[in-house]
Amino acid sequence: MANLNISAGAPMAAEVGVSRRPQARWQRGLTPYGFVLPYIVVMLLFGLGPGIYAFLISFADFGGGVPRYFAAGFRNYMVAFKDFRFGFTTTNIISFLGISVPLGIALVVMLALLLHMRPGRLSSALRTIYFLGGAVTGPVLVLVFIIMLNPLLSPFGPLLHVMGLNSFDDVVTPHTLAFLFTIIGFFSGAGMWIAIQYGALEGIPVELLDAAKIDGCDAWNQLLYIKLPLIRPYIIYQFILIFAGNVQLFVEPQLMGNQTYVQGNVPHIWSPNQLAYSFAFEMGNFGAAAALSLLMLLIGLGASYLVIRWTGFFNIEAR
Amino acid sequence: MFLKRNTDDMGILGSLLRYGILLIFVVYFAVPLIWLLVAPSRDVTQITSDPNPFAFGSVDRLVTSWQNIMSYNGGEVALWFGNSVKYSLFALIGSLTISIPAGYILAVKRFPGRSLLLWLTLITMLLPASALVLPLFLELNIVHMINTQWSVMLPSLFFPFGVYLTYIYYASSLPPEILDAAVVDGCTETQTFWHVALPLATPLLGLLGFINFTANWNNFFLPYVMLNDDTLYNLPVGVQAMISSTSALRPGFNPTPGAISFQFADAAMIGLIMIVPVVIIFLFAQRYVISGAFTGSVKG
Repeated sequence: MANLNISAGAPMAAEVGVSRRPQARWQRGLTPYGFVLPYIVVMLLFGLGPGIYAFLISFADFGGGVPRYFAAGFRNYMVAFKDFRFGFTTTNIISFLGISVPLGIALVVMLALLLHMRPGRLSSALRTIYFLGGAVTGPVLVLVFIIMLNPLLSPFGPLLHVMGLNSFDDVVTPHTLAFLFTIIGFFSGAGMWIAIQYGALEGIPVELLDAAKIDGCDAWNQLLYIKLPLIRPYIIYQFILIFAGNVQLFVEPQLMGNQTYVQGNVPHIWSPNQLAYSFAFEMGNFGAAAALSLLMLLIGLGASYLVIRWTGFFNIEAR
Repeated sequence: MFLKRNTDDMGILGSLLRYGILLIFVVYFAVPLIWLLVAPSRDVTQITSDPNPFAFGSVDRLVTSWQNIMSYNGGEVALWFGNSVKYSLFALIGSLTISIPAGYILAVKRFPGRSLLLWLTLITMLLPASALVLPLFLELNIVHMINTQWSVMLPSLFFPFGVYLTYIYYASSLPPEILDAAVVDGCTETQTFWHVALPLATPLLGLLGFINFTANWNNFFLPYVMLNDDTLYNLPVGVQAMISSTSALRPGFNPTPGAISFQFADAAMIGLIMIVPVVIIFLFAQRYVISGAFTGSVKG
């Protein structure tokens, strides 16, 4: 890092008269802050500010029309936790996480490993196809999948019929929702992660794999005993980020449950994020909304902390 | 001895298994996309009873879908498209203008507060964007900014991932000698950044532009929470509004008697309008991501 410290070299340049218009020392000392000042401002306003304000609001009392900060104690939290939908949405999100996180990671890693067994034009074309699903998000993703999941309309209809699913009432039920949101989310999210895990596999030194081959290790054993252990940090990274992202599930249940022909089969409020949204916009209870969203924010913060601690990717001190 | 083994040996069964699994996922990823591509040309009877789900319907129906979408609410879809372009470009230009100088100086200078700034960048970068949406709403509510275009555009200026990638890029690939040379030549910090560092950043700009533009183009949750006025919607929220107020995905439901009865074909058309720009950018920019450039940046 020492050779990057260019300010040490600058006065010398000024002394020998190379610089036409030397900056004063105090000016040079302030220059870095000129570069980061706009970033610090937007970080305070739109990164840290909202979190801090939500924290204040979660303890505020709105009884008199204007918020009285710290007047409510933990009342807002109690309202959120005691709401009859809190247990329901929490159970739902736990079952969604229980399915989507392990399944999503296993499939992404499996596909990346299989693609990497024989890199080439086919492998690259397949990665593109997998990647394109990422272009379909939000309402369009829901639109496509309420067709794909309907045995009467879907190109997958014959397959669904074979599985004994003959109408959307058989497919979209309260018991299958966690699994369905997994299938829908994987379509849009997997391609990017496959690209990331594939990139990690490309980072494995060729000599290592060559040595394994000479020792008689076939493609499958290389996959299991060399490649898989070596990309472990990336798997942890994906695990934590997928977990933190999936806790926030909102769009799919919100749209499916409120404005499509399957809405009768999807509860109006299914995920905790929908509950927080409902507190704010349907019940006008900003205190409880802040309490709930703060809880989910804390899960996200905890996850970021774990990524930084466990993966070693972000060792900024070493630079 | 063992060297005669094929270097890529995975066995015939293994090979079949590999292709089989990869093919199943090709079907899973490609079928919905192909369906969406042809659906705007298929009327409701074709979608419900044609045995070939991928057959092109008719040009007439395609034109009708286009006209239905374009005439919806007096041409609102074009307005939403314009809003999407505006919001995304504002975010792209604004956030990169803020992030790149910050990431650069964090990489080349040591100054008090640098470490704290890097830590905060890391933490906020790894936080899911949706976690901040409701807190942002509560905050912007105090300054009465809700339901204005600024409530969507200003928060998009904060792009910690851009700062981090820029930091990694310059910290790992900019030789210190180049900067020293610039200083010896009498360049100020700003001149060095502008004339030396920035011209070297083309690959970085490609990757950041791709990530930033697609994230903002597809942004749904933030505008959905912030905006009430339908003339301010971006395309994703507009698509949602159209779906919720028409029969597009609810055959038989028609809240406005006498209005056009929307079909799946119309919904698919507006879906295509939303995703085609992203698909084009995906195909154009994928080499930055698929080549592993993205992973390199994670690895540092």
